[in-house]
Amino acid sequence: MSALVEISDLHVRFVGERTVHAINGVDLTLNAGETLGLLGESGSGKSVTLRALLRLLPKRRTVISGSIRVLDQDVLALDGEALSRFRGRTVSMIFQEPALALDPVYSIGSQIAETVMRHEGCSRAAADQRALEMLNVVRIPSAKSRLAAYPHELSGGMRQRAMIALALSCKPKILLADEPTTALDATVQIQILLLLRELQREFGMSVIFVTHDIGVAVEISDRLAVMYGGQIVEQGALRDIIRAPSHPYTRGLLGSNAHAAPKGQRLETIPGAPPVLDAVPRACPFAARCAVVEQRCNLQPPPVVEIADGRLTRCFLAAGQDASAMN
Amino acid sequence: MFAYILRRLAYAIPIVLSVALLCFLLVHMTPGDPLVAVLPADASQELAQQLRVAYGFDRPLPVQFGLWLWRVLHGDLGASIATGRPVAAEVAHAVANTVMLAFAAALIGFTLGLALGLIAGYFRGTWVDKLATSVAIAGVSVPHYWLGMVLVIIFSVELNWLPAVGAGAGGSGQWAWDWAHVRYLILPAVTTSVIPMGIITRNVRALTGDILSQDFVEALYAKGMRQSQVFRHVVKNAAPTALAVMGLQLGYMLGGSILIETVFSWPGSGLLLNSAIFQRDLPLLQGTILVLAIFFVALNLMVDVAQALIDPRIRRA
Ligand SMILES: Nc1ncnc2c1ncn2[C@@H]1O[C@H](COP(=O)(O)OP(=O)(O)O)[C@@H](O)[C@H]1O
Ligand code: SF4
Ligand SMILES: [Mg+2]
Repeated sequence: MSALVEISDLHVRFVGERTVHAINGVDLTLNAGETLGLLGESGSGKSVTLRALLRLLPKRRTVISGSIRVLDQDVLALDGEALSRFRGRTVSMIFQEPALALDPVYSIGSQIAETVMRHEGCSRAAADQRALEMLNVVRIPSAKSRLAAYPHELSGGMRQRAMIALALSCKPKILLADEPTTALDATVQIQILLLLRELQREFGMSVIFVTHDIGVAVEISDRLAVMYGGQIVEQGALRDIIRAPSHPYTRGLLGSNAHAAPKGQRLETIPGAPPVLDAVPRACPFAARCAVVEQRCNLQPPPVVEIADGRLTRCFLAAGQDASAMN
Repeated sequence: MFAYILRRLAYAIPIVLSVALLCFLLVHMTPGDPLVAVLPADASQELAQQLRVAYGFDRPLPVQFGLWLWRVLHGDLGASIATGRPVAAEVAHAVANTVMLAFAAALIGFTLGLALGLIAGYFRGTWVDKLATSVAIAGVSVPHYWLGMVLVIIFSVELNWLPAVGAGAGGSGQWAWDWAHVRYLILPAVTTSVIPMGIITRNVRALTGDILSQDFVEALYAKGMRQSQVFRHVVKNAAPTALAVMGLQLGYMLGGSILIETVFSWPGSGLLLNSAIFQRDLPLLQGTILVLAIFFVALNLMVDVAQALIDPRIRRA
């Protein structure tokens, strides 16, 4: 397995009226052909991580450091034409609210076609043809007539399918999905998840799927990364994490029987509030809510520990007395 | 879309009719005898009665309205009480002058307003934005008759580049699109353009900022669109609202500004309306208001249709 995406020691800070340390040292890898679930409660930095990967954060108000490599390209060094070629072609993205992410005054077909023309330089007719194919790929019924439809004329589920068609129209290697089913009804949500699963195999893509819904994460992920306070607190194969969560936060999330976790269950089940992000954490950000907190947790940040092959945890308890700590 | 246009047309007809009725009635409900203006102070009762019959003021109101409307539909707006000339010709002449002035001012004001508004919206919070916003505020707050006089002092009196007053040699009756005539248009057009320029700058700035903060703009960048391609989306999204603002401003300008037309002696509908009011010239007043109102309704209709062409969501409303 080779890594398509390698994020290391990523820090993102928003400056302006108030400073927000949104991402505080994220290390994340995405392997070829896998779906990585990025799970965390609201405000934990999931969207910011995806936006950093596509360099969508507002330039003037954002300070980024660390490194992001995608297919051996240094993403943070991309600029101008190279950057916009990278977006949509190498990596593309689908959003939580397709109703807002599509331009209301252009038809679905023309929005897909313009993407194809942009990246493949083909004629309008060829691009329209591709748009039609893509609507069929995402199984929008009577695709031909839907090409001319405007976003407001479609249902929520159909809009998200159209958004997926758009995102996949240039056969990207990597798809970023930012809570794409959160705004949908439960039944539609399952259909979209199944569709994404199928398309991931069909297109041979790798997917980073962001969600705050444990049930959805379990459904879609091969590997799971749990985010808290702008850090990845636990990362590993989905099955291993579910069988034996090692970080106290993950344990709290999953409870004793994760397989029975109902869909739609929010993560706000652990008492306490998410951490304030106005400074770089100088202790464990989870300390205030941790059931097994120790004195040292409040004195310095815990190390990242590889507890098994490919399983990382950011906690003193996992480090034990003299386990090898990576930082 | 065609059905939408028909529907809007159907809405417009009763509006035009009500406007006609309203301006007919308003004139008849004002106190005082409309004949006072044309009668000599020592006119006899018989003469007054004669004129009253001649102008039809002795008939019942509904009949007067019916007859008036019938004539209006045939392009006959009656004769001016003050001058005796046909109202239709007077109004056509004045409205043509004002339309010309309004379109020239729109060309200047709308172009500048759109450009400044888009730039300010795109570069929100920077010095470019502050500069454009200051220009806009100055535009709406400077009294324009004062600005008109300042421009006259600079460009006519001091520099002697442009004429101060009038609508060209031989009056505006012989207007032609050559420099000899257009130079008369420049100062009044610039003066007229300042307020719409400011209003459009402010509106378009707010609109652009609003659109740029919407999710779909980020999604456009996320799919690899170039800056210029995103700009096209922004403009198309801003267009319906911007058109509505511009339509309204053009409507105001078509009414003619009494102040500006007075400062520049521009023989437009503002001046005509003014003299019709002061001379209690009822047929002239009715005719002018009616024509201007129809212009306004037609303009609104065109804006509605243009908006619906651009934004499919409007067609359903
Ligand atoms: N453009 C921005 N400017 C300032 N703060 C931001 C911005 N975007 C996100 N944040 C902050 O960064 C933190 C992480 O946000 P986000 O990644 O959107 O969380 P989520 O995990 O819910 O997607 C939040 O505290 C949020 O308020
Ligand atoms: S480091 Fe300490 S506070 Fe943080 S999760 Fe581990 S035990 Fe809890
Ligand atoms: Mg989010």
